[in-house]
Amino acid sequence: MREWLTSLPSFIWLTILFVIPTVLVFAVALKPADPFGGVGAGWTLDTFRDLGDPNYPAIVWRTLWMSVVATAVCLAAALPFAYYIARSDERLRPVLLMAVVIPFWTNFLIRIFAWKVLLHPEGLVKRLLVSFHLVSPDVSLMYNEGAVLMVLIYTYLPFAVLPIYAASEKFDFRLIEAARDLGCRKWRAFYSVFLPGISRGLWTAALVVFVPALGSYVIPDIMGGPASEMIGNKIAQRVFVDRNLPHASALSALLTIVVVLPMIVYLLRRGTGESGKHPVVEAGP
Amino acid sequence: MKRSRIPLIVAVICFVFLYLPIIVLVINSFNGSRFGSVWGGFSLKWYARLFSDREVWFSLRNTLIIAVSATALSVVLGTLAAFALHRYKTRLQVLHYTLIYTPLVVPDILMGMSLLLLFVSVAMPLGLFTILLAHVTFCISYVAMVVLARLQDFDWSLMMAASDLGAGPWTSFRRVLLPLIMPGIVSGGLLAFTLSLDDFVITFFVAGPGSATLPIQIYSMIRHGSPPMINALSTLLLVFTFTMVWTSQRLMRRTT
Repeated sequence: MREWLTSLPSFIWLTILFVIPTVLVFAVALKPADPFGGVGAGWTLDTFRDLGDPNYPAIVWRTLWMSVVATAVCLAAALPFAYYIARSDERLRPVLLMAVVIPFWTNFLIRIFAWKVLLHPEGLVKRLLVSFHLVSPDVSLMYNEGAVLMVLIYTYLPFAVLPIYAASEKFDFRLIEAARDLGCRKWRAFYSVFLPGISRGLWTAALVVFVPALGSYVIPDIMGGPASEMIGNKIAQRVFVDRNLPHASALSALLTIVVVLPMIVYLLRRGTGESGKHPVVEAGP
Repeated sequence: MKRSRIPLIVAVICFVFLYLPIIVLVINSFNGSRFGSVWGGFSLKWYARLFSDREVWFSLRNTLIIAVSATALSVVLGTLAAFALHRYKTRLQVLHYTLIYTPLVVPDILMGMSLLLLFVSVAMPLGLFTILLAHVTFCISYVAMVVLARLQDFDWSLMMAASDLGAGPWTSFRRVLLPLIMPGIVSGGLLAFTLSLDDFVITFFVAGPGSATLPIQIYSMIRHGSPPMINALSTLLLVFTFTMVWTSQRLMRRTT
């Protein structure tokens, strides 16, 4: 009885505002659009046929590779970064950790805007690069895939650091010393003792960078141009520009499928037991 | 044993990478010149202009209304959910946990899109109310997770001790359990407040005319000019975030 009293409010809320809307995405994708920006009557497969548009495979492919690259770079940087924090002096650790968390709590749009200012044709980075003759003055640093990728990495780096740090902090570093005493070389000790020891943190880090990267919309919207659009941009265009909700739903359904696959892989890899905490929860505020 | 220098070097590079854009932004907010690359002398004129901008104040008002009410609602719903998840180990709770956990890993754009479809299909006019519903939906999960983590450290034998000493269930809840998990509820609430304050993508999908929140206002400022004013606004928000994070870290450390 008490179980129902405490569970039902959140249960009902999330069923109405999370489960049903998710089902709706798939249902509306099978509906025709009406000329007033609403959803027409009857059922159709037209919206899915429209996804055959030759533009889409390129966009899906770009979304995938940009997310993979962003995840790889974030992991590669976060691993030594988190290792450094975990091995630093105990009194220093909370300070360093807070220094990672603060940019993470800074408004998302502001962080993107900060990069726009830096990479702007009149911005600091551009001027520095030009004055060292590293780029020619008419090269644009913005509105391309590189700029989008850079800001993706910037945004999600703290997401990757936190779970790896949490795992490294629990890791018993005497194991590395033991391996070294037994004649193991430095790098070998790193990848056969340390990496397996923090594998859960690595998987969580990969998931929490990869999944939001797949759903990016604001970053390519502000930093990118037409040649660096991702699935998220297309969804937003169908909603806000041509007001074609069934088409936007079909794209969302596609994105849902793309997102669910890495999550299943993650759940299988992570195995059972305590669930990985989400870094936002871990970070406090 | 000599340690590798690579972690230190990477850590320094990462910190520079994380802070350089923010520092440039803050410095530029005091720059009298309109263009970021020229120093036009120290000036507070962008702050003055920001304070006299009516749209900014209006969107700030909307943001606060939503953040306060979304926090209140999601703290109640999330805390109740955390109690249920912690106390009962039934199959219903496995399902309940999945329901709470999944929204944490769903990309914002999908949540925004699906909520928009819901509101459109029940013909609910888009505005502050739909934004509030959306914010409560994503905040519940975060509050529940934070409170749940706190409950896991709670020693339930204290409750038994209280009842042995003659306290009824309500008294032991109010006098023993609640004070001990209060820091969890407070930090869950702070998290919900910050997330609601910051959310752009989901809000953008379910906002209607006249319900622009501060992030939506910032977005339109980024798209349609007035960069120096965004610098000033960003600096103020940074100071606010910094104070919030610092206070709550102090709060958590003192109580744990």
